[in-house]
Amino acid sequence: MLTSLVQAAYVIAALLFILSLAGLSKQETARRGSLLGMTGMGLALVATVALALQDSERPVMVTLLLIAMVFVIGAVVGTWRARSVEMTQMPEMIALLHSFVGLAAVLVGFNSYLTEQGDVVHLVEVFLGVLIGAVTFTGSIVAYLKLSARIRSNPLMLPGRNWWNLGALVASGGLMAWFIAGHGLLPLILMTVVALALGWHLVASIGGGDMPVVVSMLNSYSGWAAAAAGFMLSNDLLIITGALVGSSGAILSYIMCKAMNRSFISVILGGFGAEGGTVVASDQDYGEHHEIQAAEVADLLKHARSVVVTPGYGMAVAKAQYPVADLVRRLRERGVDVRFGVHPVAGRLPGHMNVLLAEAKVPYDIVLEMDEINDDLPDTDVVLVIGANDTVNPAALDDPGSPIAGMPVLEVWNAKQVIVFKRSMATGYAGVQNPLFFKDNTAMLFGDAKDQVENIIQAL
Amino acid sequence: MRIGVPRETRPGERLVAATPRTVAQLVGLGYDVVVERGAGERASYPDEAYVEAGASLGDAAQVWGADVVTAVNSPSAEQVASLTAGQTLIAMLAPGSNETLVQQLADHGVTALALDAVPRISRAQSLDVLSAMSNVAGYRAVVESAEEYGGMFAGQVTAAGKTAPASVFVIGAGVAGLAAIGTAASLGAQVRAFDVRPEVGEQIESMGAEFVQAEGARQEVSTDGYASALTAEQERRTAEMYAAESARADIVITTALVRGRAPRTISAEMVAAMRPGSVIVDLAASGGGNCELTVPGERVVTDNGVVILGYTDLTSRMPKHTSQLVGTNIVNLLKLLTPGKDGQVVLDLDDEVLRGMTVARAGEVLWPPPPVAVSAAAPAAPAAPVVDEALAALDAATALDEARRRGTRRAVGYALAAVLAALAITFSPPAFVGHFTVFALAVVVGYYVISNVSHSLHTPLMAQTNAISGIILVGALLQIGDSSWVVTSIAFVAAALASINIFGGFLVAYRMIGMFRKEA
Repeated sequence: MLTSLVQAAYVIAALLFILSLAGLSKQETARRGSLLGMTGMGLALVATVALALQDSERPVMVTLLLIAMVFVIGAVVGTWRARSVEMTQMPEMIALLHSFVGLAAVLVGFNSYLTEQGDVVHLVEVFLGVLIGAVTFTGSIVAYLKLSARIRSNPLMLPGRNWWNLGALVASGGLMAWFIAGHGLLPLILMTVVALALGWHLVASIGGGDMPVVVSMLNSYSGWAAAAAGFMLSNDLLIITGALVGSSGAILSYIMCKAMNRSFISVILGGFGAEGGTVVASDQDYGEHHEIQAAEVADLLKHARSVVVTPGYGMAVAKAQYPVADLVRRLRERGVDVRFGVHPVAGRLPGHMNVLLAEAKVPYDIVLEMDEINDDLPDTDVVLVIGANDTVNPAALDDPGSPIAGMPVLEVWNAKQVIVFKRSMATGYAGVQNPLFFKDNTAMLFGDAKDQVENIIQAL
Repeated sequence: MRIGVPRETRPGERLVAATPRTVAQLVGLGYDVVVERGAGERASYPDEAYVEAGASLGDAAQVWGADVVTAVNSPSAEQVASLTAGQTLIAMLAPGSNETLVQQLADHGVTALALDAVPRISRAQSLDVLSAMSNVAGYRAVVESAEEYGGMFAGQVTAAGKTAPASVFVIGAGVAGLAAIGTAASLGAQVRAFDVRPEVGEQIESMGAEFVQAEGARQEVSTDGYASALTAEQERRTAEMYAAESARADIVITTALVRGRAPRTISAEMVAAMRPGSVIVDLAASGGGNCELTVPGERVVTDNGVVILGYTDLTSRMPKHTSQLVGTNIVNLLKLLTPGKDGQVVLDLDDEVLRGMTVARAGEVLWPPPPVAVSAAAPAAPAAPVVDEALAALDAATALDEARRRGTRRAVGYALAAVLAALAITFSPPAFVGHFTVFALAVVVGYYVISNVSHSLHTPLMAQTNAISGIILVGALLQIGDSSWVVTSIAFVAAALASINIFGGFLVAYRMIGMFRKEA
């Protein structure tokens, strides 16, 4: 009786999750989608707790106490993190949360092995579940460390790095055969170590610029890990949910790769650029760049009819979204047509810029995507490039030898005047010099983006 | 020989086939020129100026009796009747639609050259009256619209505030369309323009307008073979684009004229969606109009206050310069006809330009001319669509072939994968098969649910899916009650981690979603 009831709850929860993800595809329904997801989760957990208490092999009160403690820990820590995290740190936060799912999947896998003496299929399920979980765990940890700048975000370039990955997979295959034949714990532990190393190496060899793809890829892995856990526990809810998350993460990564004009494989295998990639001709002479002061920028903006702001990761680093939003509000009050142009991979997480701007209360209908704004740029009087670099690099279109060649970019140089906010003349994540800075209609405003935007607001 | 320049008799016509400047050039070619009294009056060219340039003045009979008669419009029946064998007539004769006139001219033994039948080749451009006229019409269309439009074209910043520039939308980027774009842009308007030929985008941009493309109307040829459906789709998208563009425009100038026929581009509905005070200038009014509500030759005001100008006499509203341009075309033609510069007309029918223009000679109708080998430099407007269609069909065929081959390869790959999967499933326990079915379906659902997610919501979506993948908590919870303390403690750690994930992920996603707001 209870089992059937729990199954019914699971079915409803699975449907709610699907509706939740569907709702999140539009701003208007996003809030409802989020709430549906919470409802589904609540339902599933209540049902599971009931089932766990019924099946408990020790006194019910002890189990209940343990479960209550779990929820208290989760609620306290989770709520604290969610409340305190800054929007600029969202990528790190999500990467860290992914690692939790990965680790949980590993632990659940071990437990499943310890508690059930299953057949070959069950062993394979356990093995794969632990493998995916372990890769997700260390991969997410590395992504977290890179995003929070605790380790350098440059790609780790071990010699023959693809062979290491392949070797790890082959070793895992061998260990799986041993595991199935011997049913021992040792091959499982060995494989876990190998998988942890594999996850670490996979993400370590991907550069910071590709992190949006990596985060959504890890999102996908965490889904597959949950699905694998569902197989080993014969739990359809886990399978459905895991598959949903897994495939949605995969399609998200694919969308992002397309936005960068890179193949999915080349992103996953790491390193920037193609095999034996082009050497960046950093000593090439691009000519002089022009400098400009905040007061002059204010003057330009006062007389402009249309202004486009293209934010990048630099805006997030300088936490300049509030002053930028303030500047935009003031300009709009003066009747200047101000819009934002957001490149699909601006920032370190898909949609990162949109979240920051939303946080600063910029209405989302003036935040346009690259394809929507590119055609309007030639008619634009002033473009403010705030902390973006590779996403506005004309070399992507002009220079076939550039590592970012072929990536669609915001064609800001078509506007009458471009102002680039930048700390120095250093290159962007891709390590590519940006000819935009040396164009005649480009002026550089050096300094911290936040301070400079505030200076402009004062000059207005 | 003597050239006669008559006063145009068509009602309202203000043009004249020669100006004092072109008369001087004709005289330089060795001709005597007789101009009918008052011929240039309405184009501000007084008789005295003609005399100064070397012409003599005469009455209608003298002029129509000259060896060569150059006129703008085709002659009336009486005028044709007054012509005799051996005379040469140069005028716009519209031979394609005016067979009786051509026949009559031939019957009278007149040699007739149609100014509006110049082959579209590079060498003949200097005598192409239609191109000169289109140029003027495009310019005048903007001037007419500027008069009707109740605002300034250029945006102004004054002490009393500022005004937005006029927004002009031009359909068709032929000679008239490009002239309209250039004129409107130089007046300070913001100009957007569309043409079905994607290759003219560069020309549009060079004239200072933005090239509008119908979204999706230029997609690659579909691989599934539904070419005709796609064309309908393209048409629909183009119509949608017209509706969107005209609704935001203050002034719409339509110039689409294909072989004298005007395709319908602006429907009554689109006009109804335009702002009051907007202006539509229909340059294709003579062919019936691109706009559904156009009345040829008239100014129409719709119920919602949109002014539709269907004037067909735009060129003759600028008689001074149009006459100068037409006159120069005629001079260039006579240069071709007078190789000796001795005032003697020599009609060389081996010259493809002259052959193309000559519609009648020595009692014989020579229209239509044999087709001209079109030089690459001058794209023949009427021929282009045919060529394009053929090319498109060819492309479609190749693309289809390629797609079919690719499809075959892919199908074989999928079939192999399916066989392998089927084998694997056959040898698995039934419980697994059930789970696998659920898994496969969920993957597909996930794919379709996410495929159309709005880009700006990727981050909240990721937080949400992350929270949902914390569902692994379910597995951990079920293991907590195990009798072994090892298992219980491992499960406890796993459950704690997963629950942090659930609470953190949902709250963060909800917090982010709450920030997105639309402008109030």
